[in-house]
Amino acid sequence: MNTQHTERRDDVVAAPSRFPLREVILFGALLAMILGVYAMMGSAYSTRMLVEAACYAILALGLTIQWGYAGQFNAGVMGFVALGSFATMFFSVPVNEAFWVTELPGELGLALLYVTAAVLIVYGATKLDRIGVPKRLRTLIAIVLAVALYLTVISVLREVTGEIESRAGFIGGLGLPAWSGWIVGGALAGVIGYFIGHICLGLRSDYLAIATLGIAEIIKAFLKNSDWLTRGTATVSPLPWPTPGPSELGFTLARALYLSLTAVMIAAIFFLLHRAYHAPWGRMIRAIRDNEISAAAMGKDINKRRLEIFVLGCILMGIGGGALASFNSIFDPNGFLPLNHTFLVLVMVILGGPGNNLGTIFGAVAVYIIWLMSEPLALFLMHGAAALSEGWFGWEPPGNLDSRALQARVFVIGLLITLVLRFAPQGLLPEKVKHHG
Amino acid sequence: MNELVFFINNVIVAGSVSGSIYAIGAIGVTLIFSIMRFAHFAHADMMTFGTFMVLLLTLAFPGVGAVVGLPTPIVMLPLAIVLTALLAVGIDKTFYKPLRAHGVKPIVMVIASLGVTLMLQGLIRLFSGTGAQNLYLAGERKEIYRLEMPFELASRPVIVTEPQIILFVLTIVCVVGLHLFLNRTRLGKAMRAMSDNPDLARASGINTNHIVAVTWVIAGGLAAIAGTLLALDVTFKPDLSFFLLLPIFAAAIVGGVGHPYGAIAGGFVVGFAETLAVFNWAVLLRPFRDSLPEWLAQAGNLAFVGTEYKIVVPFFILVAILVWRPTGIFKGKVI
Repeated sequence: MNTQHTERRDDVVAAPSRFPLREVILFGALLAMILGVYAMMGSAYSTRMLVEAACYAILALGLTIQWGYAGQFNAGVMGFVALGSFATMFFSVPVNEAFWVTELPGELGLALLYVTAAVLIVYGATKLDRIGVPKRLRTLIAIVLAVALYLTVISVLREVTGEIESRAGFIGGLGLPAWSGWIVGGALAGVIGYFIGHICLGLRSDYLAIATLGIAEIIKAFLKNSDWLTRGTATVSPLPWPTPGPSELGFTLARALYLSLTAVMIAAIFFLLHRAYHAPWGRMIRAIRDNEISAAAMGKDINKRRLEIFVLGCILMGIGGGALASFNSIFDPNGFLPLNHTFLVLVMVILGGPGNNLGTIFGAVAVYIIWLMSEPLALFLMHGAAALSEGWFGWEPPGNLDSRALQARVFVIGLLITLVLRFAPQGLLPEKVKHHG
Repeated sequence: MNELVFFINNVIVAGSVSGSIYAIGAIGVTLIFSIMRFAHFAHADMMTFGTFMVLLLTLAFPGVGAVVGLPTPIVMLPLAIVLTALLAVGIDKTFYKPLRAHGVKPIVMVIASLGVTLMLQGLIRLFSGTGAQNLYLAGERKEIYRLEMPFELASRPVIVTEPQIILFVLTIVCVVGLHLFLNRTRLGKAMRAMSDNPDLARASGINTNHIVAVTWVIAGGLAAIAGTLLALDVTFKPDLSFFLLLPIFAAAIVGGVGHPYGAIAGGFVVGFAETLAVFNWAVLLRPFRDSLPEWLAQAGNLAFVGTEYKIVVPFFILVAILVWRPTGIFKGKVI
């Protein structure tokens, strides 16, 4: 009995002295892949790819702590990325003089003051039962007040924003450095994540997936239609870089500088997450994930811990989104796609190894390279298939072949998700569960 | 009175149309949830798949409708239902069943269904392109019925189109059929038993694999009906997926998850809430313009949200129901 016990533990316990063969092989293959891309595509393109992969790695780290550490599935990464991008745009774009010289800022401020007052009044109305108003009457008063105030405030706001759109285009930015936008973007994403998590985390995990999917589409719809704030589909560019731009240093060097900045960020996040994972807090999070009931029996505050980790993940996504927007130097609300910003990140995490930060970073870089390289490949295959069908069967290929080839990648991502879940649910670099004592 | 007619056209008729579609979709979601205990994210794309099958069949046999006297897509609908049901069973066999056999957590099934939704999306768009297409071919015409109101002041008619009438009829048929199926047949009773307590159902000799397959057939068939009717009312759009998913889930949760009748009620709640929220209430105030205070009479746009923010409405309903009554109005079983 006793020997059996130790035998079983031998392969479960990750011995600290074990040579990390799997890691070395995988990262070696990744390095070879990167070098191959450098040889084929040139250094400017390849460095750009690496920077984008690094930004995606930050997003993936955000998702891996939600899904891998805590078992929460966030289906709306896109929304938090969009928030981060928006904050970065708003903080770093130069000041729009055409807006600030008019009386419009005052009017907008007044409208926002109305919004705040309305929110406070409605909030106060929901607390009326404290001073002896019956609960039913309180609810009625609160609802009527909310509807009336909402309609008033929204019409005031519509007037002001319409005026801004016609006279100044949009309100412009604040002209601050890009990193301030990244931080605020993270905070903004965290606040939205707090509200979503507060509502959904006490319930079944399916509800969180539904709600995050919804909030992502809503954030996108808001950013797309608020022309006064974001110029909507007209897009805002260029966004300034926090590092010297390509015009000063040339493409490769400037991108390499940006890459080193993101690499430092990843290293810092990695270090902090590593410490958190092995701290009592991280152990508590994993205990909740693995067995909620026994964790609750140990007196752990399950909902609070869950909320913490969810908000933390959302903050990372906001920061990563900001870094991505700055690098692309354009804010385009239509460019946020569930495929590129939610499901690609999901594939990175579940393929790399949920709960294993190193695996997640590996997954992010590897999947992003494959993703970029698959575009020319998909086009090539589609053209080949079209030529074949034309030659053999005399079929006329449809005109929009290129846009259809991109749809083939949607299929591949979906297939990859289902296959990984089926055959490698732990990912390529599984989480190492340490057994103490 | 014209304002009232406008209200009927834009709220009552439009709300019943989207309400019926959400209701039929939500029944499928809620059935899957009660039997297999996971939120099926691929449902909206199963709807699109059914519609796409109808489109293909209509293109292949354009003359059938004229023979029967119905629009061709409606004649082709039964075939598409069969195909979509087959697809649903096939997806279950290939992707969900192995995961179920492994005993994974429900949330992993949710992610797998997201993978399936992407695969379906990719395949459908690969073959159909991303643009909108009309299910009515060039030769056919949407019948439009104008009902004159029996009031003197109403000069405008209430407008109902042929697909909308077919939609209402089919919704009633589906609901009554489902009711009879669940309450009168052996299979329906077995399904309810399994939704109540799967272990007990298995112990009392119910073949659970069989029930799962039947659930997928029903859900797939209903998805094909809902998708086709939506496409008949407007057009076939392959990229509607996530915009349909949220109202359908909201409907299922509002009605109480795992509760088919609740899903019907939830569908109509969400449908009417959407149309009521985008309706411009200033129109209804117009007849009383003279007796109203100045500031109210001057208001030009009293809609709660613009049409571009329509998706906010089901989300808001979802959040409200999760905060105040997570079991839904009809007390769903599973939370």
